[in-house]
Amino acid sequence: MTFETETTRLPVALRTEALESILLERNLVDPKVMDTYIRMYESDIGPMNGAKVVAKAWVDSEYKARLLEEGTSAIAELGFKGPQGEHIVVLENTPDVHNAVVCTLCSCYPWPVLGLPPTWYKDPGYRSRMVREPRALLAELGLPLDDDVEIRVWDSSSEVRYMILPERPPGTEGLSEEELAALVTRDAMVGVAKVSAPA
Amino acid sequence: MDTIADMGGMQGFGPVQLTAPDDPPFHEDWERRAFAMALLSMRVSGTNLDAFRHALNRQHPLDYLGEGYYGRWLKCAENLLTDSSIIAPGAVEARARKLAGEDVDEPPAPEPNKPDYSPTGPGSIRQIDTPPKFAVGDRVRAKDIHPLGHTRLARYARGRVGVVEILQPAHLFPDTHAHFLGENAQHVYNVSFSSDELWGPEAEPFELRMDLYEDYLEPAE
Repeated sequence: MTFETETTRLPVALRTEALESILLERNLVDPKVMDTYIRMYESDIGPMNGAKVVAKAWVDSEYKARLLEEGTSAIAELGFKGPQGEHIVVLENTPDVHNAVVCTLCSCYPWPVLGLPPTWYKDPGYRSRMVREPRALLAELGLPLDDDVEIRVWDSSSEVRYMILPERPPGTEGLSEEELAALVTRDAMVGVAKVSAPA
Repeated sequence: MDTIADMGGMQGFGPVQLTAPDDPPFHEDWERRAFAMALLSMRVSGTNLDAFRHALNRQHPLDYLGEGYYGRWLKCAENLLTDSSIIAPGAVEARARKLAGEDVDEPPAPEPNKPDYSPTGPGSIRQIDTPPKFAVGDRVRAKDIHPLGHTRLARYARGRVGVVEILQPAHLFPDTHAHFLGENAQHVYNVSFSSDELWGPEAEPFELRMDLYEDYLEPAE
C-alpha cells in the first residue's frame, strides 16, 4: 500500500517559499511583521527570561511566595508577558517532589519565560513517554531520581502554562542574583534537569 | 478526532536526546518563515488558536512525523488558508512546481469565505458567572467520548478516574471554538490521576496532572 502524502511530493523548504510568495504577492502578510516575529523569538524571548524569574525567587522569599501563588502577575513584574503566557503556574521542585512538564497533544510551552520549545520537547518520544514512564525517561535524560522522590508530570492540555522553579543548588550562597540567573537552564525550568552549582 | 497528534502513552518512538542549552529555535531558514506565516495565517484566515491546533492535527501521520515540527506548521497554515478560501486547494503545490521551473497552471485565487465569527475578548480566558460543578477534592471521571472534531481530551485519560486538585480560570471550550460554534467558556479543572489508573498495576509510580474542561468530566463514585 502506498500513501500519497506531502512528503512524497515536494520538499518542505520549496513549499514554504511557495506559500510565502503567494501571500506576499497578494499583500496578505507584511514581511516586516514576519521578520519581527522571527527576531523576537530568536533574540529577545527565551529561557534567559525564566532564569531571571528563578534567580529572583531564590534570593527574595516574598517574591517567591507571590510567584508560587500567582505566577502570571509575579512574572509580569519582571516585564515578561505575551502570547502563550495568559495564565502561568509556577511549580516548585523540592527534595521530595519533582515536577516536570510535557504537552502530549502538541507543544504547549510558556513562551514569555522560556521562548520557543527546544527540539526534544517536541519530539514524539518525549511527548509519548513522559506521561507513561517519566522515571525511566528522566533517568535516560541524565536525571536519575531516588525511589522516594515523588514524580508529578503536568500535561499542558489547556491554555494554562507551567514553569518549574528548580531547587537552588548548594554552595551558591555568595552568588548575586545575576550570577544565579546564569546557572539556570531551560531544561531545569521544564523539569528534566537540576541546576548545578558552578564547578 | 483521534489523530497522530494525540501521542500520550504511545510506544515505539525510541530514545530521546536532550539538545544543547544554546540550541537555536530554528535550524533552517524555511523554519523561520513557516513559523511566522503559520502565526499570521490565523489572522489572515479569520480563525483562532483552537482552529490552528485543529489544523495542525489534521495531517496525514506520515506528514506529521516526517516533515518535522515546522513542516507541520506550514501544513497547518495551508489548512487554515484553504479552509477560509484565501488560497485554492493545490495552490501551494502549483506555485512550488512553478518556482522549480515546471510549466504549470496555477489555480486562481478563490472568493474568501472566512468563518462568521468574532471573539468576545482577547485570549482564551473568560470570567463566567456559572458556579463550578466540581470542587477541589472531588473524584471525577474523564468521559469516554470520541469527538469527531477538535478536542483536548487526550485518549489516555478517557474513562479514567482522578481527583480535582486546582480550579483553573475559565477558558473558551476548544471543541466548539475550533469550529466557530461558540466560545462556550467554562470551568477548567486540574485533575490528578495515579499512574496505575492510567497504565495498569505494572506502571511505575507517579502522579499525572492534566487540565480538563468541565464538559469532559462527570462525577465518579
